[in-house]
Amino acid sequence: MIKVSIDMDKCQHYGQCCFEAPDVFALDADGKITYVAEVADDRRDDVESAADVCPMQAIEIS
Amino acid sequence: MAGVVIIGAGLGGLRVAETLRASGYAGEVTIVGDEIHLPYNRPPLSKEALAGGVEVADLEFRRKAHVDDVTWKLGSPAVTSNLKEGTVTLADGTVLHFDALAVAAGIRPRRLPIPGPQAGRVVLRTADDAQELRAALVPGAKVLIMGAGFIGCEVAATARKVGCEVSIVALDAEPMIRPLGAELGAGMRRRHEANGVNFYLGRTITSFNGTDHVESATLDDGTVLACDIVVEAVGSMANVEWLDGNGLDLGDGLSVDDAMIVEGTSNVVAVGDIARHHNALFSGPKRRIEHWNMPTETGKRAGQTLAALLAGEEVSRAPFSAMPSFWSDQYSHKIQSFGMPGNATRIEIVSGSPDEACIAEYFDQSGLVGVIGIDKTSELAPYRKLLMERG
Repeated sequence: MIKVSIDMDKCQHYGQCCFEAPDVFALDADGKITYVAEVADDRRDDVESAADVCPMQAIEIS
Repeated sequence: MAGVVIIGAGLGGLRVAETLRASGYAGEVTIVGDEIHLPYNRPPLSKEALAGGVEVADLEFRRKAHVDDVTWKLGSPAVTSNLKEGTVTLADGTVLHFDALAVAAGIRPRRLPIPGPQAGRVVLRTADDAQELRAALVPGAKVLIMGAGFIGCEVAATARKVGCEVSIVALDAEPMIRPLGAELGAGMRRRHEANGVNFYLGRTITSFNGTDHVESATLDDGTVLACDIVVEAVGSMANVEWLDGNGLDLGDGLSVDDAMIVEGTSNVVAVGDIARHHNALFSGPKRRIEHWNMPTETGKRAGQTLAALLAGEEVSRAPFSAMPSFWSDQYSHKIQSFGMPGNATRIEIVSGSPDEACIAEYFDQSGLVGVIGIDKTSELAPYRKLLMERG
């Protein structure tokens, strides 16, 4: 499993991650990011891409 | 052993290196940076890092394990090159040989030749620039910003937050008029004015006054504005002078093909702010796009190109296609854009009004080319899909 976390002090809720891995990251009705904290290993490429495109570089993966 | 030399240790250079490794290239990779810092994220420089509490180490990009073996040559820019011989010479005299070259040298702020003292005139591009400016942003300081683009406006918002007195002088009729357009630009101007920023629009600065340090600026209508610090945010220039003498057209960055290969070369790619490219999603001439997401988009493509080239495989010539996107935070407001709103010939506000949360659609002859929202992030997402379908 891949552990995903977002540093909420950095996150500005731009939602760029949602386009790369929509099954992991989503914007709720208030425009706030929600995410799945544990995802299957085969989702790594998309989760890495989501972390790459975050303008605030707020996504951590382990 | 020559390998790949990457000139530029910013986001674009990093993405080229990552993609080379991810694509199986195992040869030497050398990344040259003019700054002493490892690749770091620049957007916070006009915001969090300027207000204090964020250091450059906090802004460094996560470096993936597979780029642990790249060689970093930091603090010494490229000064000359000989593409036929495959060499680049750095300011410290080092000569680097390459099999393939990636140009990720980025841009630098344009300086205007305005008479008067130089001390107290700063620009904002690097972490060191931010540190210098931050020291001057103290409560009550008179800050004069030249230019009403995104950097100028973000610095204005940050300086007001810190408690400085802020004036913006710009030739444009409204802030961020390209790409926002006049109506949204005016809406953002009123937000800035409500936060205490003074605008001098349609004006230029004819001289700076003071003995050793800037004390005031004289505008073209005779207005004199007292200032303790001047932030020059009037556009940018591509860092391409070191490529002079190779027969390349250096007039507006570097023209590249869909594989990011520089026109007139076979083993040189360019990425990021300086790469002038076509985009399958939008018609028209090749363009440089100075948006944060483009170094990643162009860098990944260029890395794939070089990996194929160096493996003796066929380079993909598939049309390059990427969605330009930008964001800006000013006070509590969020501006977000998809597409190419700057190309529009007609703008329609479809939700809200310029003084509140709103969405504007941007059209050219071909139809919808862009969308900009102010404080409308979640409602903007469907537009990205719509614009992607243009391709």
